[in-house]
Amino acid sequence: MIDCVENRLLTSRRGLLLGGASFAAWAYLPKFARAADGRDPRLIVVILRGALDGLSTVAPVGDPDYAGLHGSIALAADGAHPAIMLDPFFALHPSMPEFARMYRDRHAAVIHAVATPYRDRSHFDGQDVLESGYAGPGRVQSGWLNRALEALPRGERVSSGLAVGPTTPLVLRGNAPTVGWAPVALPQADDDTAMRLADLYRHRDPALAAALSQGLQLEKAANGDDMKRKPGNQVVQMRQVARGAAKLMAADDGPRIAALAFDGWDTHANEGGPVGRLAFLLGGLDGALAEFESGLADRWRDTVVVVATEFGRTARINGTDGTDHGTGTIALLAGGAVKGGRVISDWPGLKLANLYEGRDLKPTTDLRSVIKGVLQGQFGLSDRVLAETVFPDSASARPMKGLVA
Amino acid sequence: MARDSQAALVALNRFGFGARGGASGDLINAASDPRGFVKAELARPNGVLLEAPGLQSTPQLGQAVFAYQDQVKQAREAAKAAAPAEAPQPAPADQKPGLRRNLSLNAVATEIAGQMTEAKPADTAAKPEMMQPGAAAPPAAKPAPQPLNVIQKTFRAEALARLQRATLVECGFTERLVVFWSNHFCISASKGELARIWAGAFEREAIRPHVLGRFADMLKAVEQHPAMLFFLDNQQSLGPDSRAGQNRKRGLNENLAREIMELHTLGVGGGYTQEDVTSLARIITGWTFAGRQGQLGTPGSFVFNTNAHQPGPQVLLGKTYEPAGLAQGEAALADIARHPSTANFIVTKFVRHFVADDPPPALVARLRDVFVRTDGDLKALATALVDSDEAWKAPLTKMRSPYDFLIASGRLLARVPEDPGAYLNNLNLLGQPLWSPAGPNGFPDTSAAWAAPEGIKLRLDIAAQMGARLGNNIDPLDLLEFAAADAASVETRKTIERAESRQQALALLLMSPEMQRR
Repeated sequence: MIDCVENRLLTSRRGLLLGGASFAAWAYLPKFARAADGRDPRLIVVILRGALDGLSTVAPVGDPDYAGLHGSIALAADGAHPAIMLDPFFALHPSMPEFARMYRDRHAAVIHAVATPYRDRSHFDGQDVLESGYAGPGRVQSGWLNRALEALPRGERVSSGLAVGPTTPLVLRGNAPTVGWAPVALPQADDDTAMRLADLYRHRDPALAAALSQGLQLEKAANGDDMKRKPGNQVVQMRQVARGAAKLMAADDGPRIAALAFDGWDTHANEGGPVGRLAFLLGGLDGALAEFESGLADRWRDTVVVVATEFGRTARINGTDGTDHGTGTIALLAGGAVKGGRVISDWPGLKLANLYEGRDLKPTTDLRSVIKGVLQGQFGLSDRVLAETVFPDSASARPMKGLVA
Repeated sequence: MARDSQAALVALNRFGFGARGGASGDLINAASDPRGFVKAELARPNGVLLEAPGLQSTPQLGQAVFAYQDQVKQAREAAKAAAPAEAPQPAPADQKPGLRRNLSLNAVATEIAGQMTEAKPADTAAKPEMMQPGAAAPPAAKPAPQPLNVIQKTFRAEALARLQRATLVECGFTERLVVFWSNHFCISASKGELARIWAGAFEREAIRPHVLGRFADMLKAVEQHPAMLFFLDNQQSLGPDSRAGQNRKRGLNENLAREIMELHTLGVGGGYTQEDVTSLARIITGWTFAGRQGQLGTPGSFVFNTNAHQPGPQVLLGKTYEPAGLAQGEAALADIARHPSTANFIVTKFVRHFVADDPPPALVARLRDVFVRTDGDLKALATALVDSDEAWKAPLTKMRSPYDFLIASGRLLARVPEDPGAYLNNLNLLGQPLWSPAGPNGFPDTSAAWAAPEGIKLRLDIAAQMGARLGNNIDPLDLLEFAAADAASVETRKTIERAESRQQALALLLMSPEMQRR
């Protein structure tokens, strides 16, 4: 509401647009070029909001307890929609063929059983920790990526860190200036939000419940696909966002660092296995990674994309074919600069005794180590800056070596 | 006094525009003295008036339209003369939405005053700054938007002043009263250029000064305002036996007279006949405004045109009104304002707006007595409403109108509008275009009208968009505290706590029954 573009208003209800780009001189930041090899590295941080089920994305099919815990939604190497074997133990969700290709080309890697230091189950706090880079939810107003930007060595000046989407995510907020870009057509309220609201109305306000459910049905009818899930919509949007960001970042004087967020990963019910809701979202993420690759073109070889989420989901499925808030999950790396073709994991096992609080995949790797490793590999930030400034009080989480080629 | 969050919700949502976020402390203040919180605004002298730099009077605005229309005409003729083959430049449509963003009220005002040629489109305060993929250089902007004409600028400035006031006031009761009366005595800005430029001035001049005054005074101010006379065509109505009527072979237009009785005072079934309508129409012939030539007075001002006035006595509602020029109509309006049907019609509508679609009969009866006893003292009426137990006990089942919803959201998010564009768009989208109802009966005022399926889905889309833009920076649970505190339902609290992102939590909060019902 606050910032729509007025002119497109009456053409359609998709006129609920976000204020397209307004042009202004933007601030400049140093370009960091590694003197030794002339590389001009780029980093893209993708945050999956809602807590991704790592065990459904990169499934430990070799773990004897996996299939039983994940039940009806467990992936398998055989069947109608076989998962893609990454190694003899881990298999990738079948809706991620692009990532699988990058992995085979050794330009993608998985880090499994990973988590931030956060051990509770609130999305907001979990996202705070993930993005602020602090060990606990402290409501600081700066993020680790912004502080990393501030710490970069001076160099030729290029445009600032890029926040993709209507607002700057916390991870990129702070003293270092940023620029923003959002695709003009913002999505309507997504199905997940609509369903949550419908549920609230059902309990609290039957009249509004009836109106909303009719409104949603009208919407679906208008879209011409009856009661089916709208394929496309969100997937198309993820690709569109990635395409725009890649184009900006590919420019010689474009931003070297970007952050964006994809919503909708809170799969409490009807999560689906090789097909279904999570599959749909993962397909969107996969498409976005492919867009980054093609959009960055020659620059892809100097690029790392980090995909991370605030926490994982329970190892065992719940009573509604979904998973509840958990702890350990995965992080994904993709890009020409990634030393890939590996699933990096100190696998804790899924025996009941090995689960965190008897529920979740136990984290054995600190996500901060992964991110520090990427920041160091790409930009050469020192251990000390990483431990004190970028991720305060994180000396115990040593940068993971050898992630970047 | 013990805190009563439920009463605070009534104070803020039923009577006002909802709690403001940030450090306002609205909910706490309302909870500690709910009635006092609401009534405080009634005591503020001149608190209802709206003055902002650059807002002009009805005659000034009328002259601006006349001058603008002359310019367009001249430009068209010049273009025709210069290049007869070429299509003439079309005059800017009445409601062509402008592209310009981020105009502050003062900027708009300055523009109107002609001291500034162009506003800068970029919001330099915005963080982060926006860029475009593929843009070679930062300033490579889109083609310059067509500049707004004086009518569009005025409409936006008037809208912005009203939106800012509604966002900033403490409780919002008096602003809600303004909206109520403005909708009761509505005009539509879509009637034409004069109506559009006058819409805000009409409310400032005819409604606001009387919201806490007497009904009869508001009635007279409204029916003599050029905007109303234009909207309901009374400037065209000629007494058949008047000099103008005889010369021009034109006659009565009953439109305004009918709506005065049907919609403004007595109500359908209020005891008037067709003969009364015709009679009142004759009585108010000559009520018009001075045109661009200014033959009758200052262009754009209300004037009584004796030449158009039907001579002779008229019988209205059983009473004979002797010929007295303008005073004949003023006497008739004064009597209609005091008619028992008027008291009944007005009070019922008033209670329906604030309390329930089916107004409690005992409350209506009591307020009707107040209205009659005080000779239509609207401050006494508002006070009696706040003093009634029914208004505090009735469950919060009314649906917020789109305007209420958008204002309440802006208040909760502590966002003072800098530009009216987004609000105007969303009001259009949700079926309540500002100052532009479909008919002279105004926008509907029942829950059913605003809880329609399409409307709810659209609100959800808007709420999701607000969530996407603003959710990042807020703590949704803090906001729930500001909005409802412990009057929030367990389900709403849980829904917000469990949202997967702050953005989603904000969308769900704005759509919660606590924010949709009043």
